[in-house]
Amino acid sequence: MPSVSMTVNGKPVSGEVEGRTLLVQFLREHLGLTGTHVGCDTTQCGACTVHVNGEAVKSCTFLALMAEGAEISTVEGLANGEELHPMQEAFRQNHGLQCGFCTPGMIMSGVALANRNGAPSEHEVREWLEGNLCRCTGYHNIVKSIMAGARAMSGQS
Amino acid sequence: MYEFTYHRATSLADAKAKMGQGDDPTLMAGGMTLIPTLKQRLAMPSDVIDLGGIADLSGIRMDGDTLVIGAMTKHHSVASSDVVKAFCPALAELAGLIGDPMVRNRGTIGGSVANNDPAADYPSAVLGLGATVVTDTREIAADAFFTGMFETALEEGEIVREFRFPKPKRAAYSKFPNPASRYAIVGVFVAEAADGIRVAVTGAAPCVFRHGGMEAALAGNFSAGALDGLKGDAGAMNSDIHASAEYRAHLVGVMARRAVASIV
Ligand SMILES: Cc1cc2nc3c(=O)[nH]c(=O)nc-3n(C[C@H](O)[C@H](O)[C@H](O)COP(=O)(O)OP(=O)(O)OC[C@H]3O[C@@H](n4cnc5c(N)ncnc54)[C@H](O)[C@@H]3O)c2cc1C
Ligand code: FES
Ligand code: FES
Repeated sequence: MPSVSMTVNGKPVSGEVEGRTLLVQFLREHLGLTGTHVGCDTTQCGACTVHVNGEAVKSCTFLALMAEGAEISTVEGLANGEELHPMQEAFRQNHGLQCGFCTPGMIMSGVALANRNGAPSEHEVREWLEGNLCRCTGYHNIVKSIMAGARAMSGQS
Repeated sequence: MYEFTYHRATSLADAKAKMGQGDDPTLMAGGMTLIPTLKQRLAMPSDVIDLGGIADLSGIRMDGDTLVIGAMTKHHSVASSDVVKAFCPALAELAGLIGDPMVRNRGTIGGSVANNDPAADYPSAVLGLGATVVTDTREIAADAFFTGMFETALEEGEIVREFRFPKPKRAAYSKFPNPASRYAIVGVFVAEAADGIRVAVTGAAPCVFRHGGMEAALAGNFSAGALDGLKGDAGAMNSDIHASAEYRAHLVGVMARRAVASIV
């Protein structure tokens, strides 16, 4: 079987995978990083969103072997020890989740938006979330959370 | 997914050589269509040859008055490119309307055009702007490229390298998206090109097509009013759970008028 090496949340990792092994399977099943969820497995819901070299991608539609040499960030890599990342803290403060299934993808997607745009408008957040589905919240508090999280990340309160 | 052997090509020549080996190899750009297709077991390639590592297949540049976009250029790069915005804002807007941010970070113009999905956006821009598709072996005019539903003039194993867009005087794209996927239920790309008016329609029929009646009407009078009463031919339109053929035929007229109205 081919082997693959990448950096996940700052740590070098490697493993043996099949050609068809998805990045999300590698993260969850080989590395035990089950924070990244699989909601649809059809590239629609965004629950599996991770960052590959800083860009948000759906890890259910990305082969593990394509990540050779890449830097991957998952929701597990955001917090600094006990201290939540500003985007996680914003979801907590704004009640941005109910069942929590979509939340890792929402947070990784929100962080990617904040990296491109430190003060997104409500409209920009809603458009950005085209690829992240939530079946519980009705989105309002997710949108509020991402706006607050983006401001906190860029040092505005 | 059936198992396959994965290869990362390092150059066009390397990709070509790898395509020559294996029983049934296939090319992969961003995998945004290919991976879902493999998951559904609609294809069973022996080898998947990833073009993602070939740096010179991706990029945006001007060559004189011609805009050149590499096949592996991501939708996000086109949508956010100042070069594209200055050359033809409609093309950047079209790229920004595709799918969602994660799809735009991975999906490529080459993969979208090679796939020729009846509901894809890019084929309408390539046909509407009269672009040239440059492959590893030849140049193909847009008018000869799109041959049918998911069918193109590409030969087995032929690799798209880049697209060359001649500068239009003005152009606009208007789409009625499927609210879930954002694929076009109907999208109309209208351009006043150096060689005349071009109206390319996607989403409506099995394959992107030019609307000769609208082109003739706009040639005499470039205004939304010139299109009054013109629409698609319901007999040639797709009909599915998203929209009936009659509705699509009607939308062809509405989207074309909206596109024209936005640039007069
Ligand atoms: C959720 C979702 C929503 C989407 N919404 C839209 C939308 O609104 N509008 C829209 O237009 N599209 C949409 N798409 C499609 C998207 O735009 C992708 O560009 C498209 O799926 C092609 O993907 P890709 O570039 O990754 O190519 P791949 O999936 O990697 O390849 C597609 C096909 O093209 C072939 N190919 C790829 N590159 C080349 C090349 N250089 N030369 C020859 N053959 C090649 C491959 O062999 C394969 O058969 C959506 C996709 C998803 C998953
Ligand atoms: S699990 Fe990847 S998009 Fe839904
Ligand atoms: S909180 Fe339940 S799916 Fe979003």
